[in-house]
Amino acid sequence: MSAKMSADMNASPPAVELTDLKVGFGKVEVVDGVDLRLERGQAMALIGESGSGKSVTLRAILRLFPEGRSRTRGGISVAGRDVLALSKRELADFRGHVASMIFQEPLLAFDPVYTVGRQITEAIRRHEKIDAAGARQRALALFERVRIPSPERRLDAYPHEMSGGMRQRAMIALALACRPQVLLADEPTTALDATVQIQILLLLRELQRDLGLSIILVTHDLGAAVEVADRISVMYAGRIVETGTAHQVVLDPHHPYTIGLLRSRAEGALAKGARLQTIPGSPPDLANRPAGCPFAPRCFLAIDKCRETPPSLSVGDGHLAACWRTEEASAAYRAGPQPVRAEAAA
Amino acid sequence: MLLYILKRLVAVTPVAFGVSLVCFLLVHLAPGDPLSAILPADATQATIDEMRAAYGFDKPLPVQYAIWLWHVLHGDLGVSIATGRPVLGEVSRAVVNSLILASVATLIGFTFGTLFGFVAGYHRNSILDRVASAISVFGVSVPHYWLGMVMVIVFSANLGWLPPTGAGPDGSGNWRPDLEHLRFIILPAVTMSVIPMGIIARTVRALVADILAQDFVEALRAKGLDEVGVFKHVVRNAAPTALAIMGLQLGYLLGGSILIETVFAWPGTGFLLNAAIFQRDLPLLQGSILVLAMFFVALNLLVDVMQTALDPRIERA
Repeated sequence: MSAKMSADMNASPPAVELTDLKVGFGKVEVVDGVDLRLERGQAMALIGESGSGKSVTLRAILRLFPEGRSRTRGGISVAGRDVLALSKRELADFRGHVASMIFQEPLLAFDPVYTVGRQITEAIRRHEKIDAAGARQRALALFERVRIPSPERRLDAYPHEMSGGMRQRAMIALALACRPQVLLADEPTTALDATVQIQILLLLRELQRDLGLSIILVTHDLGAAVEVADRISVMYAGRIVETGTAHQVVLDPHHPYTIGLLRSRAEGALAKGARLQTIPGSPPDLANRPAGCPFAPRCFLAIDKCRETPPSLSVGDGHLAACWRTEEASAAYRAGPQPVRAEAAA
Repeated sequence: MLLYILKRLVAVTPVAFGVSLVCFLLVHLAPGDPLSAILPADATQATIDEMRAAYGFDKPLPVQYAIWLWHVLHGDLGVSIATGRPVLGEVSRAVVNSLILASVATLIGFTFGTLFGFVAGYHRNSILDRVASAISVFGVSVPHYWLGMVMVIVFSANLGWLPPTGAGPDGSGNWRPDLEHLRFIILPAVTMSVIPMGIIARTVRALVADILAQDFVEALRAKGLDEVGVFKHVVRNAAPTALAIMGLQLGYLLGGSILIETVFAWPGTGFLLNAAIFQRDLPLLQGSILVLAMFFVALNLLVDVMQTALDPRIERA
């Protein structure tokens, strides 16, 4: 890293910076060395299939895992704060205030026995010295901001009395209640109807632009990622395998796994009778990682080198992929659809 | 809310009638003649018939029930065969004593039960959890009359700290809230509290563990609540169920403590029922069972109302 770059960092530290982040439960490293840098005001999507470690990465940023049953190592820096060095007290002050989170299933993420308004004012009064009336006023303004109809009445509603889309709007209002700089969104649209999904994504995009938020969006939906994110990072088996701008990753993928994800979508011009392409096999057992590239057993371009030496990926603003055969992968994608078979190039 | 309470009251009425019918019939199912216990063995048929007519036992059962119910609705539970005193007075005196004992026992049981339950639920599979679980299993499974006798042997006979039996120093059957009477309630109340303590501890442990595993707890932490803040939410979520269990336990203790009340000669309903059964005192038996059953119905109603008030997910309409 050059002297000039580090000087820039001191002037304005990135919103989120993860360096060689490892999160383990028992003997398994679920996140195995993630480097990630999110600039202020940027939105990044973290995509990957179930078990790729994307949600774990997100939760680790708030240190949500109980200390006794998990290990978190590496560097987590949010808006210049070293998260792993925070005391319990500082951590509680940090959560919701500097960085907050929205969850996949808002019905489960709200306490069922309190009204939604009460839960928002609770968060506000937790972080700021403000009276009950003032907090409620703020909650009302937030509900208007996320465009909840008849907000006054909705504040007194219980979570189960709202629709799914409305609940997710309320969850966003809750997350924004204390004006955080970083918003962590864990599959915020997965539990919603398709029509509601796009509304929530557009709302997130709008809020991010208006409030200058930095967002990390975890999703397995490439469409959602493209809708919201400036940059996309693709995770596989606890590592980031490709990162770049949304355009670069979607239009010119360099990693065979990204190519597999792009090709396995049903949308797009899929001719009638054409087979939907899939990625053969399943993700590796994280307790017994393959020696080389973790994707090699499923990769249509894998060579011996892939199975022996794991490729690495460094942080940067450019378009990077952790793969020995990025050239071939890129060319294969440009060449158009073709049968994807594991070990084909062995 | 008021409308909901009214609705529940209306819904409870048929239950109350059913309970009264069962109470009335239950005692008639038992073999033998209630009057044989108080009449001399050589009583003439004329005397027997006269007594039967006096107590109304000569009429057909449905008529007896109608007359009995009519009197009950007017607050008249009849006259005890054994003592000749009005049943209502006997029963209400006993109910007050039982209510006091059961309330104190439930309070003790609830306090320690929730304490153990929370500790165990928060530290599942730790040593604390094992200890708390062992205590609650002991509470549920130990024979209570035996525990009562052990308590009497240790604290009254050996140590001489507390009186073994009765409700007060004067031997009268009325408990009063003063220091002297307080000494009499400790042993029976502690013995009795072991039952609800065990049940509440186990329920609360499961509740707390279940609540802590829910997504919203992580969301609470994510918005910056510390452990005290999260704890308040856990309590609020566990409260409806825990209170319901407590209410039901109070109901059980009110009527189901015959053994403990007998061991400690506590002048409550259990003691009264015991006497009424052995003396085949039909009006007293019917009266006390009815009052106890009604108490249980009322408690259930109260628990329902409380749960509805505490948990917004339960439909109010």
